Amino acid sequence: MAERGVHDMGGEPGGPVDNHEHVPTLSERRVDALMQLMRSNPRSYWVVDEMRRTIESLTPEHYNAAGYYEKWAYALRGLLIEKGVVTEPEIDAKLAEVKARLAGQAEKC
Amino acid sequence: MAAFEIGQAVKVRAEHPLQPQPVHIRTPWYLRGKHGVVERRLGEFHNPEDLAVGRYDTPEVTLYWVRFTMDELWSGEGTYGPSDSLVVEIYEQWLEADDDAKSRRAA
Amino acid sequence: MTHDHEHDHEHEHHHDHDHPHDHGPFQPDIKEPTEEWEFLEIAMRELLIQKGIITAREVEDMIEEWDGKVPENGARVIARAWTDPDFKARLLADGNAGVQEMGMDLPGLKLVVLENTPKVHNMIVCTLCSCYPRTILGLPPLWYKSRAYRTRTVREPRAVLAEFGTELPDSVEVRVVDSTADCRYLVMPMRPEGTDGWSAEELARLVTRDSMIGTAVALNPEGARG
Repeated sequence: MAERGVHDMGGEPGGPVDNHEHVPTLSERRVDALMQLMRSNPRSYWVVDEMRRTIESLTPEHYNAAGYYEKWAYALRGLLIEKGVVTEPEIDAKLAEVKARLAGQAEKC
Repeated sequence: MAAFEIGQAVKVRAEHPLQPQPVHIRTPWYLRGKHGVVERRLGEFHNPEDLAVGRYDTPEVTLYWVRFTMDELWSGEGTYGPSDSLVVEIYEQWLEADDDAKSRRAA
Repeated sequence: MTHDHEHDHEHEHHHDHDHPHDHGPFQPDIKEPTEEWEFLEIAMRELLIQKGIITAREVEDMIEEWDGKVPENGARVIARAWTDPDFKARLLADGNAGVQEMGMDLPGLKLVVLENTPKVHNMIVCTLCSCYPRTILGLPPLWYKSRAYRTRTVREPRAVLAEFGTELPDSVEVRVVDSTADCRYLVMPMRPEGTDGWSAEELARLVTRDSMIGTAVALNPEGARG
């Protein structure tokens, strides 16, 4: 029998529900928007089930440690590469460039 | 695939009937092997097990609402009322007729 | 829209070539990107824009569209059902058709509206991820997506309800619905006592987001928790 996925958590122990109202940050809303733009018409690079499968394939450690939209961001990265929209070297290079640019800006402030 | 009737006693399979097991499964672990009753037939939908791996055009499967009592799921180890229940959407390939249901109830 | 005042904090907007810098209203929760995944988001967005796959405008429009999807939209549906028995019957029979009458839809998914009664209280969870009627209620609350809610609701619904300040007698069946497939659920809370003659607009103010998920009941006429 296949193993239980880390995401398949119904009935497991859990702590108190923290029901404070969290207003989504801009980064979170951007991830949400990107995911929708890529999977919805007219682009339709993937379907939501593929997104779920990608999130479920994160390591249990990453899945449990990462926030909701962090998981989406990594799933988006995986799907863009899987579907050939971008290559892994392209994303890695762009990420390094972004980080260098923002670090440079922070120093100037 | 077997069709199930509203009111029919069913059991959730422990695992998918075919090997290898799908990479993406929408039948929660806590329901595996549990006994419930079909409440509604929700219609035909593409199988998420196929969609998740890029197979977009496989035949649709029937989705059912299945109702479970809380005691069936947790045997009293939970915080729920005596008549509380759980309803879940389950795809047909994960259900089998629960022929033993009547004899179990009589026991 | 609101995101543009971030211009002061990061200069990546210089790369949004086709977007003018207009400064929207202050949004209290704006946060500078500091985490790896946030830098990853910027990188992916810039790459996709560079490749001509999306535009910055489209991202902004999508954010703005979703900022407009709020629980009040769902509340209007519920309030209309409370005041219009024929609409209520149509809504319960076919959720998609019902909300379409009010200009909303749920493409590709089956909307099921579940009516709370004196005998049954419905409570929705998605244990496997975070399935939620987003186009009706907007983005799901953080707690709905949390481990605590996803693990415990199917097993300890009454304990979770208590944490939301909601208590129900044992004579009421709490029906937990685990949203695992193609349905999305909107709970129709019971209409509060003491609201005879109220307009749909007045009633809509009593219908909270949590009452449409099932962790709460509608507010009573004093605006306090029912």
